[in-house]
Amino acid sequence: SMNPDLASERQTASFSVEKLTAWLDGGAEHTQIRRAVVEAIESDPVFSRENQYFQSQNERYEAAVRKGVHLQKKMHEMGWTENGPESKYIYRALSGDVAFSLHRVFKRSIWVLGSDKQIAKWIPLASQYQVIGTYAQTELGHGTYLQGLETTAVFDVTTQEFILHTPTISAMKWWPGDMGRSATHTVVFAQLYIHGKCYGVHPFIVQIRSLQDHSLCPGITAGDIGPKMSFEHADNGYLMLQKVRVPRENMLNKFCEVQPDGTYVTRGSEKINYFPMTTVRISIILDEVIIPLMKACTIAIRYSVVRRQSKLKPGEQEAKILDYQTQQEKLLPQLAAAYAFLLINNYLQELLDRAYKEIQRKNFDTLPELHACSSGFKAMVTQYSTSAVEICLRACGGHGYSLLSGLPSLYTRILASCIYEGENTILFLQTARFLMKCFMAASAGQPIPPSVTYLAAVKPGKCPAKSKLDFLSPDIYTEAYQHAAVRLISSTAAKLQDLIQSGVKKYDAWNQCTVQLVQAAKAHCHYISVENFAETVEKLETKPGIQKIMKHLCDLFALHGIFSNAGLFLHDGYLSGAQMDMVTASYLDLLAVIRRDAVPLVDAFDFTDKSLNSALGSYDGHVYQRLYEWAQKSPTNKQISPAYEKYLKPLLHNSLSKL
Amino acid sequence: AGAAMMNADLRRERAAATFQTELLTHILDGGAERTRRRKEIEALVLNDPDFQHEDLNFLSRSQRYEQAIRKSALMVMKLREYGIADPEEIFWFKSFVHRGRPEPLDLHLGMFLPTLLTQATPEQQDRFFMPAWNLEIIGTYAQTEMGHGTHLRGLETTATYDPATQEFILNSPTVTSIKWWPGGLGKTSNHAIVLAQLYTQGQCKGLHAFIVPIRQLGTHEPLPGITVGDIGPKFGYDEMDNGYLKMDNFRIPRENMLMKYAQVEPDGTYVKPLSDKLTYGTMVFIRSLIVGDSAHSLSRACTIAIRYSAVRHQSELKPGEPEPQILDYQTQQYKLFPLLATAYAFHFVGAYIKDTYRRISGDINEGDLSELPELHALTAGLKAFTSWTANAGIEECRMACGGHGYSRCSGIPDIYVTFTPSCTYEGENTVMMLQTARFLVKSYTQVSSGQRVTGMVSYLNDLPRQRIQPQQVAARSVTVRINDPLSLVEAYKARAARLVEAAAKNLQAELNHRRSKEDAWNRTSVDLVRASEAHCHYVIVKLFAAKLSEISNAAVRAVLTELCLLYALYGISKNTGDFLQAGILTDAQITQVYQRVKELLAVIRRNAVALVDSFDFHDVHLGSVLGRYDGNVYENMFEWAKKSPLNQKEVHESFHKHLKPMQAKL
Repeated sequence: SMNPDLASERQTASFSVEKLTAWLDGGAEHTQIRRAVVEAIESDPVFSRENQYFQSQNERYEAAVRKGVHLQKKMHEMGWTENGPESKYIYRALSGDVAFSLHRVFKRSIWVLGSDKQIAKWIPLASQYQVIGTYAQTELGHGTYLQGLETTAVFDVTTQEFILHTPTISAMKWWPGDMGRSATHTVVFAQLYIHGKCYGVHPFIVQIRSLQDHSLCPGITAGDIGPKMSFEHADNGYLMLQKVRVPRENMLNKFCEVQPDGTYVTRGSEKINYFPMTTVRISIILDEVIIPLMKACTIAIRYSVVRRQSKLKPGEQEAKILDYQTQQEKLLPQLAAAYAFLLINNYLQELLDRAYKEIQRKNFDTLPELHACSSGFKAMVTQYSTSAVEICLRACGGHGYSLLSGLPSLYTRILASCIYEGENTILFLQTARFLMKCFMAASAGQPIPPSVTYLAAVKPGKCPAKSKLDFLSPDIYTEAYQHAAVRLISSTAAKLQDLIQSGVKKYDAWNQCTVQLVQAAKAHCHYISVENFAETVEKLETKPGIQKIMKHLCDLFALHGIFSNAGLFLHDGYLSGAQMDMVTASYLDLLAVIRRDAVPLVDAFDFTDKSLNSALGSYDGHVYQRLYEWAQKSPTNKQISPAYEKYLKPLLHNSLSKL
Repeated sequence: AGAAMMNADLRRERAAATFQTELLTHILDGGAERTRRRKEIEALVLNDPDFQHEDLNFLSRSQRYEQAIRKSALMVMKLREYGIADPEEIFWFKSFVHRGRPEPLDLHLGMFLPTLLTQATPEQQDRFFMPAWNLEIIGTYAQTEMGHGTHLRGLETTATYDPATQEFILNSPTVTSIKWWPGGLGKTSNHAIVLAQLYTQGQCKGLHAFIVPIRQLGTHEPLPGITVGDIGPKFGYDEMDNGYLKMDNFRIPRENMLMKYAQVEPDGTYVKPLSDKLTYGTMVFIRSLIVGDSAHSLSRACTIAIRYSAVRHQSELKPGEPEPQILDYQTQQYKLFPLLATAYAFHFVGAYIKDTYRRISGDINEGDLSELPELHALTAGLKAFTSWTANAGIEECRMACGGHGYSRCSGIPDIYVTFTPSCTYEGENTVMMLQTARFLVKSYTQVSSGQRVTGMVSYLNDLPRQRIQPQQVAARSVTVRINDPLSLVEAYKARAARLVEAAAKNLQAELNHRRSKEDAWNRTSVDLVRASEAHCHYVIVKLFAAKLSEISNAAVRAVLTELCLLYALYGISKNTGDFLQAGILTDAQITQVYQRVKELLAVIRRNAVALVDSFDFHDVHLGSVLGRYDGNVYENMFEWAKKSPLNQKEVHESFHKHLKPMQAKL
């Protein structure tokens, strides 16, 4: 049976949920494959996550290893391959709660950075799990800035070996997943020295644990870095190397090589080094960021129609909390953002595919644009989604704080994405650097990449909207975003120029403008997201049932952005105060419209109850019963706590004399 | 000895400060004598071997609960041993013992005992108070139900009076009526004050409080008719056994209803209470604590992030030079210094509410409650405003520490999970903002009908006068001097007035469309929340600016003035739309505001470490490897990590159980 409050929401959907799901998946055939993968994984008890909220760090780690091992068996059984159509759904179906994710990065880095000979040697071993690998780049004292790494690799000509060494405590490798307990090998990034000369950071394969008994190899100190805000299942580790020797062949040498006599040789383009980083950045956006946001929206919106609180009309039943304007204003913009980001993810994938094809033809011209886009959107999507998940958590009142709501773990996990694969502020600044270059080029009449051509056609003026309905026109709001982006980019460029012309050193001028530069990069990404959403909606002509609701979501996404950043649009009078009031009115009206389809819109994400793993967000809406039954399974209710005998009892009885 | 071991960067930062940190600490504590006493109490706890224990990050939830109970029991005894009785001193002691974390006796000490004092009859106090004081009875306060929170009238638990036996029969009629969340209920308490709908002589008389025994004295087993337990793991609060309670025809004697105000006589006759305004007082008090906690938690996070940013070096500012301290990056300063200013602002607001409450509650005993409604309305909004801001600020501090902020050793995850529920408990923040809005609209309506209003809303008095002038809003802009805190207060005032007026007018427009009062209110609630926020923001800027004139030391006043300006200007830069739309500031002024914010960042930079040192958190209390006073971050991170539970054996058992068999098979 279904909770009647949820059932009634589903009866009034203005569109076909199944059709929207199929569209989101990229076709009904993909939906079918996805569901089959999810079914296979979820029906297997080894992959169950029901107890995960009750488990300690040690138990979570063990479960992740068990699942990682079992997954190999499962894939074999099901006939799934690493490059098959199922592969992209496997990780999602496991909700990422599995070991060896860095093992995959280890393999990929050998594919990309290793010679054919190295690939032939290491890939079969890794695929058979004869070795378990990880990827050690970050150090205790050094993060995003690669040149600052301190680990050294000194070439010894006499023995034809590299000597890897951790010279200081801040040079310890810190954070790599699978490093703490599981890995036997790792790719280590170290400063290469030959005959006393430094050649910069290079990758080396180093064995860290015995293949016999898993004990640490001589010269290796490694372990787990301790509890974190989340990722309890992952053994993020540290690594200290004391003059560890590896053979010359262990330097990954597709692009550069140290010859036996110590001669250093490079080949190929250095630009390609950025390509793997860019692909990783794009690949995390869906699984690690957008899907958690979609889950959080599903949980919070379903709960908001089950939860009743206070009265809207005297004499009536307490109202569903989703009927409160303030609750709608919290949740529905996050829902619209989830859709907007799904579409941005498609946009990035297309960009990536195009770039990849060009690279095959040895054309590297598209890389700067790809790099700038992936940086900016990674930063924008992770930052926005992180705060969106937190909003969902807090919109669920007290129950949101229970781990059983599923929301705390979604939040603590997604927020790491603001830091890893490039800290967001630094990424925005990389996008800003690209924008500054393009703006200068455009001003000088030079050609610029397609995503920024708008910088060349600056149209000054005012917003032509005359009524609140005008703000439901994509042309009107897209232009407003474009105008704001151009204004911020051009004024920052001018400021930068002024400073440099007044004698400030280039790097100082840059630092003095970084707050503005970040703003400019954000405005650019926001504009592209709105434009991309609007264009996608326009192309939905053949699917009128879906087009209408997607248009509403697009309008909401756009108007929410204007409403929340009013100053950006009022500055220089592009929007007048009266027009801003129209935006607000239109925005608030939309909330009530989308409210009607809120539940079908999250149903379309098609998450099973097991994948949500939430007492509040289940499909049938039996929130309270589930919460009550699940809580009783908590170990705190089953195991006898020694606290009573040891402390409470004396406190309640014998201690009176002492008081 | 400390100086020799101190990280060189931090030493340099401290030497360059332009003011004496102790002087500012005294201001924050409310005088040198209070600082001395605080440190004395701090030392009592820190030097006591009974309060030492392993790092809580490495313990399971059950172990953390056990540690907390152990310390709470000792704490109660030692408080009495030392004769510490002043509420603020008890608070200090408690917060050092538990290092700022919640503990299982919180509800007993903070709700059960005070409720007995205020709502029990003398006879009931005889029966319950001393046993509770001596911890023979440990109690909690059970109000929230699984399906019902802030809206008290919706609670479902019933207490039906049976005149035949002179008992109340308590029932949890549905799943949604199960009491859910009370701290200390799950495992610790043997009594609870239960809020239930009172039924007598066939009529519902609304919510009343009952003392309900829940566990057998002696065995601690639940009593027949009582189902009680822990609600399971949460986002933080690992030390706390938040619990559930279900009652099935559970009988308690008539004398267990708290009857100082309302009463049920033996035959079932109900006697009404006189006034319920008094309960306002407790709420104001608790909300003032949350405002103080917002300041405190944000200060801790700022201390960690700013010290670490002075120790951490990254990338390159000038080609060829060593990696600079990350605190030298403008973007890092822009993340952290406005939060530092906010922490100071909130501190002064917390102190203001506490003082005002103290003054007014003096009046309560003399019967003058006239100021209470305004304070009640104001604290609702300020509770929401400060907890939202601090919550987001703590997260920004964590992210400003890069990857290491995410490790539990940074201490910030713990500060966050401990603090974040305050956005929800003691009144969900949006609901709180709407309470303030109700007061603002009421005041606005009074002004519109020709009455004058007083206190923090008195700026509304000026509105009608402005309205009869024919000019557009933009034409009556105040002249704002962006380097003058008092002038910025005027700007915030104008913004609040404009948003209150806009919300009130929109509400009226909805009513004119013949919507019901409730419907109109709901359709305006986003505007109303914005109006409340603007009002609270104004109050905070005003209180911060007012504080400056009280500070005698010129060097301290100078640095606080910089912080005050940064707080006010940063707030404008984040809400430019409001100031532009109302015509309070021009485009050119907004540009100047942006510029001035950046200049202030550079000015505050040299005092940043000293400004967090002034918060004077002991390392043990701060609980952070990144925020250590001596700045020796990396070696201590390594030492900390070695103690991780995953590192207890050189080879983890998962290798033998899973990895090895797999490698053999594949």
